[in-house]
Order: sequence, then C-alpha cells, then structure tokens
Amino acid sequence: MSRLAVRRWTVGTIAIVVSVVVFLVPFAFILVTAAKTAPEASTLSFSWPAEWKLWDNIAAVLADRDGILIRAFVNSIVLTVASVVIMVVLAAMVGYVLQRKKSRWNGIINFFVLAGLIVPPAVVPTIWVLQGLGLFKTLGGLILIEATFGLSFCILLFRAFVSTIPRELDEAALIDGAGPIRLFFQIVLPLLKPVIVTVIVVQAVAVFNDFANPLYFLPGDANATVQLTLYAYASSSTSAGQLNLLFADILLITIPPLVMYVFFNRQIVAGMTSGAIKG
Amino acid sequence: MAQTFANVVPPQVRNRRRGAPPATRAGRKMRSMYPSWFYIPAAALYVVLFAVPTFASFYFSLTRWSLFDVHFIGLDNFVQFFSDPQLSQAFLHTLVYAVITSGLKVVLGLALAVLLTSSLIGRGYLRAVTFFPVLVSTIGVGLTFKVLLDPFDGVVNGALSVFGIQGPGWLTDPNLALISVALVDVWKGLGIATLIYIAGIVAIPQEYFEAARVDGASAWKVFRNITFPLSWPATGTVVILSLIGGLRSFDLIWAMTKGGPGFSSDVIASVIYKQYQAGFYGLSTAGNVVLFVVVTAVMIPISIFINKRSVDS
Repeated sequence: MSRLAVRRWTVGTIAIVVSVVVFLVPFAFILVTAAKTAPEASTLSFSWPAEWKLWDNIAAVLADRDGILIRAFVNSIVLTVASVVIMVVLAAMVGYVLQRKKSRWNGIINFFVLAGLIVPPAVVPTIWVLQGLGLFKTLGGLILIEATFGLSFCILLFRAFVSTIPRELDEAALIDGAGPIRLFFQIVLPLLKPVIVTVIVVQAVAVFNDFANPLYFLPGDANATVQLTLYAYASSSTSAGQLNLLFADILLITIPPLVMYVFFNRQIVAGMTSGAIKG
Repeated sequence: MAQTFANVVPPQVRNRRRGAPPATRAGRKMRSMYPSWFYIPAAALYVVLFAVPTFASFYFSLTRWSLFDVHFIGLDNFVQFFSDPQLSQAFLHTLVYAVITSGLKVVLGLALAVLLTSSLIGRGYLRAVTFFPVLVSTIGVGLTFKVLLDPFDGVVNGALSVFGIQGPGWLTDPNLALISVALVDVWKGLGIATLIYIAGIVAIPQEYFEAARVDGASAWKVFRNITFPLSWPATGTVVILSLIGGLRSFDLIWAMTKGGPGFSSDVIASVIYKQYQAGFYGLSTAGNVVLFVVVTAVMIPISIFINKRSVDS
C-alpha cells in the first residue's frame, strides 16, 4: 500500500470512530430509550433495552390526551405545506423581477430583503398586529407569519439562481406571444426547479421544527404544533418518570424531516452548489 | 438590452404596427415583461407582519403596555433593562454565546469540509451523519442533551468516569451552563456550516490544487494559500448566518436551561419571552429593541468587512 492509501485509511478510520461517538451515540440513545420500559429509561443509561417496547411506547404517545399528538401532526403538516407554498411562489416572483429588471428601486428592495434576514422580529407588536387583523391564535395567522419570516432567505436564493437563466429565453417566449404571467409561470418557474427543491426542503424542515413562533403566535392546546406538544410533554413526562415516552415522541416527530432529507439529499447539495450560496 | 432585442426580432414582427420606432417599442415591451406588481403580494406580507411591528416596537418599547392600554413612560424600560443585573447580564451572555457558536462553526466546519472533500474512506457516511442533527428539531436536541448531560446518571459523565474524570454539572453549574448550551448548538448546526464550506471548496478550480501539487506544496501550505483564501465567500456566509442565529438563539436555551440556573444562561431572546410571559409587554418589546440594536451593530461592520475581503481576493 502506498503512503497515500495508508493515510486515507487511518484518517478515515479515525474520522469514522469520532463521528460514531459524537453523532451516532446521541441518536442511538434516543432510539434505545424510546424502546425501553419506564423504570429502565429512568436510569438514563446507554444500554440495550431488556425488553424491546418501541411500538407500545409509540402507541402510548399517540394515545396520550385523546391523541393530541395526531392533531398536532395534522396542524404541523398544514402549517408547513401552506407556508412553504406561499413562500416559494411569492419569493420566486420577487427574486425573478428583482434580478431581471434594473430600476432605481432595486437598491432599496435589496436593503429590505437583507433587513428581513437580519432583524429579529418584534414579538409583542406582531401579536398586536395579528390581533388587529383577527388572526392571533389562528393557524392561518401562523402560516402567514412563517411565510413572511422565511421570505428574505428564499428571495436571496431565487435571485441568485435566476441570474443563471439566460435572458434570451424570456425574449424567445415574448416573440412567441407569451405575456408576462405566462412567461413567468410556464417558462421561468419550471426552470427554477433545482432551487425550488432546495428552498422547499430547507424551509419545510425549518417550519416543521420551529418552536418560538408557534409558542408566541399560536398558544393553547386546541391547535398546537408537534414542537409545542413535545415541549409540553417534556414537563409532564419527566415529572411522571416516563422518559421512554418522551423519547418515543422525539423519535416520532423526527421522521418527517428525515424522510424529506433521504429523498432530496442530492438535490439539496446540487441546489446549494449551483449558485445558490455565493456570498 | 433593447438593442439586442431589436436585433433578434425578425422584421415582420417589428413592423407589425407601423409608426412606432422598433427599438423603443421593443424596449417598452421588455420592461413590461417583468411586471412590478410581482412585488406586491410579498411586500404586503412583509409590510404588515414585519415592517409595521418593527417600527411599532420603537414606540411600544417606551410604554407600559397591556395590549389594550398604552401608557407612555419614556426610557424607563431601557433604564430598567440595563440597571437590573439579571437583565443586563443577558446582554453579555448573548454576545458570548454568538461568538462561541460562530467561531467554533467556522473552525470545525472548515476542518470537516476539507476532510470530506479529500479522498477518504466512508466519505458518504460521514457527510450524512454530520448533517443528521440539522434535521432534528432544536427542542428535540435540547431535551436529548439535557438527559445526556445529567450530572449524575448522564451518558457523558458516565463515559468520562470510565477515564477517571469527575464530569462537571454541565447544565447545573452557573459558570458552565451557557457554554454547554453553546456547544450543543455547535453540535446541531455544524452540518449546515460544513455543507456551505463543501460547496465553497468544490467551486475552487482544480487547476490550483494540481499546480500546488506539481510545486510540491505540503497539505498545510495548500490549505493556507489556496483552500482558505478561496473559500472566503463561504466563510462569510457561515459567519453571518451563525452570528444571526447565535444572537437570536432562543429554542435551545429554553429547552435546556430556561435561562438558569439562576439567570446564568439567560440571553436577550429568553428575557423577551420571560417578560412577555409575565405580562410586561413594554419591557419585553424594549428587549426586542435592544436585540435589534445589538444585531444591527454586530452585523453591519462584519458584513462590510467580509464583503471588502472577498472583493480584494
């Protein structure tokens, strides 16, 4: 074996061992604790469960408080799908016109986009506005909030990607008699697919996993999201010594983002590298 | 642009409507292809749910406020914020937290990305496994590590005791709590930093590395003179994103310590929530304004510096 190959193997092996300890052990801990009985889980030890109770625990979590977790799942999925759809369509429209049309407003618009990315939202005044609109404590209100707070990031990605689409295409479509709306929705939007996939996956994971916004803008059990129920569950199950159920809950709500990642893994990296992340 | 368009369009199209000079007409049509009303739906959301609350926060931070009742009290909220040691400490904690997390994300993310773009066994596995924590919700990560870091029965201190080390009370020691949470934040966010750095390193033309190899440069020299300077835009992105995230961090701190023990891991964002919960809406909004000022004051010089460097290189 050459020196290079030896180094490849030693460095690789060390990296794998370190990654197992640092990254896989916490995940394995979630899984084995979720499969234990309550007394066994309460010892907090990292050990193989004496009895494999994973399905019982998941069933118990789902049945807790009249299936509040199932309702929370439905809420979270509606929230995620609706807000991501709004974000993608509106941000693509802005990113496209912002890149294509040179006008004296561009500087100001770019400034507001960046401000939206950097400035922390003012919480209580936002509640005050939502209350004025009659949207406080409604799922619809939270959908609009998530969409608004995600817009800036999406616009930046779309603007960068639109610059890779040749303008000649727009001109050709125009000659063929397409109006601006058809041009955008039928020609440009399909071409944005790589970055749309990236935006959908990144934002869907972010919205589904979001805790602070539902906490502020959608309090109450009636329409809780999965992160809120997990948080509420943490205090009730820790006091009741049911860590196994808590971890079954964590495991359960990690599945949707994980599935998304497994399906779109390649596209995320492709979308990021194809000009989406550049300064 | 109007010029090119006039050249592309065949004469019969150009002359369809007589009288209008072709270039102007084409120019006008090109402009209207990108309708300004495409801005309107996004702008409406932005103005109503983001800009208005932000501007309103400057006024409400000067009031005693119950959502229904507004009572103007001037700068009292800010005076209280900075004179109350429990509140003003949060200010310092926020900066410490942001610096620790973004510093470590830059160093470790770059190191990992260099490792993961070199030829290495198990590269695909390593890329996937560093990204996994990104997918778990912050609350889930926080609750998991709260159990792992338990001072008596936790797995981390259990592992340390095998080596004869008495592990500290990671989350119960006031001197350590903030740093422990910051380390968990790094664990969770490292995957994103690494991904951005991988994208940056992959974009560097291979010729540079080949030339360096021909010249017999050492691995360290290649890193020092090629990889690091040419992945500067990626560094900028990582620093900016992790600083914004670090300064605004709330979920993880709330899930792991709730700002405790005492107020030793309170940050501005958790103070905002505590004051909101207690019904002090004016004081909570003042916290928001403080956070706004901190974020702006930190981000503007840093983004100017990063942009200048990337133009130079």
